[in-house]
Amino acid sequence: MTSGLKRIWNTPSLLVGLIMFAALILLTVFIPYISPYDPSEQNLSAFLQPPSAEHWLGTDQLGRDLFTRLIYAARTDLKIMVLAEIIPFCIGVFLGMLAGYYGKWIDTVITLLSDTLIAFPFYLIVIIVAFASGAGERGIYITFILVGWIVFARVVRGLSASFRNQEWVASAQTLGLPGVKIILRHLLPNVLPQAVVVLMTDMIGLLVAIVTLGYLGIGITPPTPDWGTMISDGQPFITTAWWLSAVPGFAVVYTGIALSLLGDGLADIWRKK
Amino acid sequence: MMSIQPILEINALSLAAKSKERLVNNVSFSLSKGESLGLVGESGSGKSLTLRAILGLLPNGVEQTGGTIKSDVSSAMVFQDPRGALDPLCMVVNQLAEVVYYRQKVSRKASRMIALELLERLGLPDSLKKKDRYPSQLSGGQCQRVVIALALACKPGILLCDEPTTALDVTVQRQIIETITNLQQELGFAMVFVTHNLAIAANLCSRLCVMKQGQIVEHGATLDILQNPSDPYTQMLIDSVLPLPELEGSRDSWN
Repeated sequence: MTSGLKRIWNTPSLLVGLIMFAALILLTVFIPYISPYDPSEQNLSAFLQPPSAEHWLGTDQLGRDLFTRLIYAARTDLKIMVLAEIIPFCIGVFLGMLAGYYGKWIDTVITLLSDTLIAFPFYLIVIIVAFASGAGERGIYITFILVGWIVFARVVRGLSASFRNQEWVASAQTLGLPGVKIILRHLLPNVLPQAVVVLMTDMIGLLVAIVTLGYLGIGITPPTPDWGTMISDGQPFITTAWWLSAVPGFAVVYTGIALSLLGDGLADIWRKK
Repeated sequence: MMSIQPILEINALSLAAKSKERLVNNVSFSLSKGESLGLVGESGSGKSLTLRAILGLLPNGVEQTGGTIKSDVSSAMVFQDPRGALDPLCMVVNQLAEVVYYRQKVSRKASRMIALELLERLGLPDSLKKKDRYPSQLSGGQCQRVVIALALACKPGILLCDEPTTALDVTVQRQIIETITNLQQELGFAMVFVTHNLAIAANLCSRLCVMKQGQIVEHGATLDILQNPSDPYTQMLIDSVLPLPELEGSRDSWN
């Protein structure tokens, strides 16, 4: 355990990523105790105020505290980001292992499916689904289950195919282990590190997608705080109160940097092993 | 030829790549119980492919185009690269216990006991009992002992050895070969030993097959082949074994 901690300490990118991400998570968890304001509480006598000791990041056009809204929006966006990745991650890793390990027709079918789906632009599918199922979280979940697995399936397929040619897989086969056992017990632990690194990168893309959809008005619907709607709400005041749009934008960048440092650091640590 | 009924019989085996390139051509040999046969030859002469064909484990793109393989007993393989033949992320005792569990149909607990016994028999350190290790934490020789243990966990009638000592230090090679010989006497399995080192094959096997470019060029009792090689390639193999010139005479006292 101590050697594990030491390895994290010796991988600066992982350390910085962990601290950045942990800070964000802690803020979202403890925001009700940090901020005296309610994220949707309006105060029309104090609208569009610049940052001050009372309102750390100022207030928006309805007099809501920007900092409080920013962190509550992080709650919404990060929750969707994580939840929307779980099912596609599992499906993708599983299909990728099947395709890479068994090859032949299973591989052909899975590759064909992922190649077909990847030909559609992601945003096009989201917009279609959002219109079909109504704006909101649900459209994002559905779309991501439809297409989110592809990136994992592709990476894991390549890895599994290369492991398949290594002797320990052949050895496990000749020793008479059942295929399911080889896949779950031996292949999975070997492909998982790479898949997790891809997961980190993919989450950034998903976060940007969630924010973009919110900005376009087909993602999270207004009463719920969300970085995308915050950016678009602040747009009319960009010349007088630029921080209204800039701060949520910066929050997206901050989360993106944290996640990519995390992914990078994890990749480093696993490579060293 | 031995008079006992063979447990493995290969008859006119031919293997070819999908591109029609011939890899192994018309190879025949047989193996009796407890016997050891050496397959020697240069790299790419089809030795390993022949072994894989016996296991039914031909790599992608290689097909059997002719001949028959008949075997009454189970076989297990010891691979060339011991580290490559172990799952790097699975601890060795677990890995072995898993194979014991599936092949010997015993309980999880019993399979672990059997695994530890096997490892002890193969001369792995006792500390594995207390603390399981990853393959990367073992030396090459120790890994190869684990690989042999894995093969033996299948209780094979035939042990197929695919250059099991090539990737090891010379001193370790010797130990591994002694281990294999002892185990063979104890457990009585037959063995096909693939190597390009004639000296090892000659020490270990009563019969030899010399392979070149996918064909058996010479086949017979080890001593006959060493004394009167009929094929020029066999002669080349024999000449390639280097003696230790200065120590030749004083070897006994040196030991």
